[in-house]
Amino acid sequence: MIEFIAHNLAPIMFVSLVIFLLLGYPVAFSLAANGLLFFFIGVELAPLSADINLFYPLLGALPDRFFGGIMSNDTLLAIPFFTFMGLILERSGMAEDLLETIGQLFGPLRGGLAYAVIFVGALLAATTGVVAASVIAMGLISLPIMLRYGYDRRLASGVIVASGTLAQIVPPSLVLIVLADQLGRSVGDMYSGALVPAIILSGLYLLYVFGMTMFRASSAPALPPEARTLGRGVTSLIVALVIAGAIAYGASHYLEDKVQQGAVIWGAVAGVAIIYGVAALNKAFGLKLLSYLAQQVIIVLIPPLALIFLVLGTIFLGVATPTEGGAMGAVGALVLAFAKRRLNLDLMTQAMESTTKLSAFVLFILIGARVFSLTFYGVNGHIWVEELLTAVPGGETGFLIVVNVLVFFLAFFLDFFELAFIIVPLLAPAAENLGIDLIWFGVLLGINMQTSFMHPPFGFALFYLRSVAAKVPYLDRVTGKNMQPVTTGQIYWGAIPFLCIQLLMVALTIMFPEMVMRYKDEPAAAPASEENIQFPSFGGEGGFGLPPLNPGPNGSGENNPFGLPPLGLPNSSAQDAAPAVDPASSQPELGQPPSDLGGVEPAKRASENGGASSTSTPSFGLPPLELDQNTGADSAAGSAGEDRQTTGESSGGNDPSQSTPDLSQPPSFN
Amino acid sequence: MQALLSFSRGIDRVTTFFGRAVSWLVLVVVLVSAGNAIVRKAFNMSSNAWLEVQWYLFGAIFMLAAAWTLLRNEHIRVDIVSNYLSKRSRDWIDFLGHLLFLLPFTILMVWLLVPYVVGSFERQEYSPNAGGLIVWPAKALLLAGFVLLVFQGVSELIKRGAILFAGVPDTTPLAKHLPLAEEMEQLAPDYPPQSAHVPNPETKAARRKEDRS
Repeated sequence: MIEFIAHNLAPIMFVSLVIFLLLGYPVAFSLAANGLLFFFIGVELAPLSADINLFYPLLGALPDRFFGGIMSNDTLLAIPFFTFMGLILERSGMAEDLLETIGQLFGPLRGGLAYAVIFVGALLAATTGVVAASVIAMGLISLPIMLRYGYDRRLASGVIVASGTLAQIVPPSLVLIVLADQLGRSVGDMYSGALVPAIILSGLYLLYVFGMTMFRASSAPALPPEARTLGRGVTSLIVALVIAGAIAYGASHYLEDKVQQGAVIWGAVAGVAIIYGVAALNKAFGLKLLSYLAQQVIIVLIPPLALIFLVLGTIFLGVATPTEGGAMGAVGALVLAFAKRRLNLDLMTQAMESTTKLSAFVLFILIGARVFSLTFYGVNGHIWVEELLTAVPGGETGFLIVVNVLVFFLAFFLDFFELAFIIVPLLAPAAENLGIDLIWFGVLLGINMQTSFMHPPFGFALFYLRSVAAKVPYLDRVTGKNMQPVTTGQIYWGAIPFLCIQLLMVALTIMFPEMVMRYKDEPAAAPASEENIQFPSFGGEGGFGLPPLNPGPNGSGENNPFGLPPLGLPNSSAQDAAPAVDPASSQPELGQPPSDLGGVEPAKRASENGGASSTSTPSFGLPPLELDQNTGADSAAGSAGEDRQTTGESSGGNDPSQSTPDLSQPPSFN
Repeated sequence: MQALLSFSRGIDRVTTFFGRAVSWLVLVVVLVSAGNAIVRKAFNMSSNAWLEVQWYLFGAIFMLAAAWTLLRNEHIRVDIVSNYLSKRSRDWIDFLGHLLFLLPFTILMVWLLVPYVVGSFERQEYSPNAGGLIVWPAKALLLAGFVLLVFQGVSELIKRGAILFAGVPDTTPLAKHLPLAEEMEQLAPDYPPQSAHVPNPETKAARRKEDRS
């Protein structure tokens, strides 16, 4: 019996972890307690099994694992920043303004309110990233209107729930930060990899609504003329946008020789600022330059777009690290809330306290997971999991399918934080062994985990919507008609088609990895810290919004902040920039292991990183502060335009070296 | 019993003070980090000391607030099963959890961290980065966080024990749990809100309930 336990300690440990977690005691401490319990069992049983590499002094490694791996980790710093930013924006009334205006803009179309919800959901996702806030705002504002004008209740609630959960996959989401950290990749790459799938996913939602309007026109009617409060004037809006584009184009040409770098960006900023100024003047003095509709749309839409640019644009262009982008975004959110006169002490303390508590519980799950993994790796648990997963038939695709099915079902009862900290570290080494690109893997998991918010009956988003949707018949105050309530069953059923879309998206991402792989263009150019190569191609491109003819990989990054990614672009630029990589990944040949793919990437990376690449070789003896040494070296060098993604990458690279310690040799304690 | 409970209240006050206090550091670290980014871009210089201040502050935030988070019952749980258990069973799980999971772990960490911090202090260890900060205060934050957690664990144990054995009413904030369908029906408002800008109390409660994600 004891022999049996000694030889199967890893499976036993895992099963008891599941039991510990299901007890409902806080996850962080259950993880730590499970790790410690099995540490002692393991040490006692160590003589009986060759698989157990545990001894008491190993506990002394815990403080260093906490200090070096968690506390001094720059990546995790982005968590409070983006949380704080989201909470401030959530309460600044941005969602309400957007929904009302965009709803009016799209309202005259059949299914227009549903399109508006998806569009606003994606915008909110790219700024606040708070699922609860989006769903509640849309449930409060859009749902009653949709019901009033006869939308199908299931479609209405499903579209709100699904659009709200877009916050999980659209950068800058916490899920992607946590996944990047756990997979040992840079957050910037993860964001860039997730962008195209996120946009396609929103596109699929739109397509579904479009299909509904085609086949069941009564399920999503257009707003009747009397409900269009903003009046007409779409032409005026289009004219305004064309003028803004022209100004941006002209300004970027004019600035091309004047500024050192980023003429296109400054041109775009100029165009946007001018049109915003015109709209603001129009509003202030009652000029008749723009129609009321155009004025409102511009005034409401520009601030969030500017914020998205400030955060995501700078990250994708390699100007800022995700951590810095988060800090800038938080400051931007404060400014925006201040400008709307919503900033007060109460809002500030609430946002700060919520951020503090969220940071504490997230980081403590990570601390608990470190204790767990110390023991789990010591009993060769990672080898057990790896053998289990690599034994799946079908190679790479089989593995991905099994993992996604597993995560889909775990998402019924685990939160994404728990999935990311407990399950993902176990899956990552197996994925890496199969030659799966970890960014691709992470994005897949991110899309999949999004379903954890939509699963009936436990999805959070469903609950948020339930909490704001009427449950008994009521008198509509505009039409005076007696309205039927939204039943819980309708909310559940409404989520099902979107769950299917989600699964379709997972399948699409498995089939077309190049959607994600385009992230490789960016590190190829971004961390190079060679402005003389990067920026001429940039300025020379000239045309704002034109597909770049030269393979300047930043061309795609430049368009993205405005939510208008040329969908054809990733392909062409991917092929141009990485001819060696793309053919291998674009052919979904199951038999052929993409070993060259895996091979190219580290090699590329190593050459880019130069000296920094040494960190990615796992060496347990290195003090964890090594990571800061790099940061220090980079910033001390202080070369102009030096890209912090390099440090982000090396800090990511450092992480697996700590989480996969070579326990066969005694660690060196100081 | 009364003595124990007032001891527990004392602990709660201290951890609440620390939690509230460090929450202001969120604002500080946002400003510091944004300042670092701007200075680095605009003036092309950066200071390792300021970069390190960022994560020192973050360390202070999450370590010193962990005990407060426990007090506010906001460390997340997997509640799919415990939702179906009786209140008393859940109280027992918490009581035993504090006693067997939380306290052994935190006490062990304190025991391991004391020599770790003292060693760093005695060596006057500096960060290896050029112009880096002295290291022991950061390590001491780890220790301080776990010390606070030990005390908060004792306080929670006392409160949970009082609920179980002395029939004291439970004043712990509700854990964020996923409500069941019936509870959701009860929570839902009768009418759609009159105006988006005056959310009804249920909505506010729901908002407060879920700040994360």
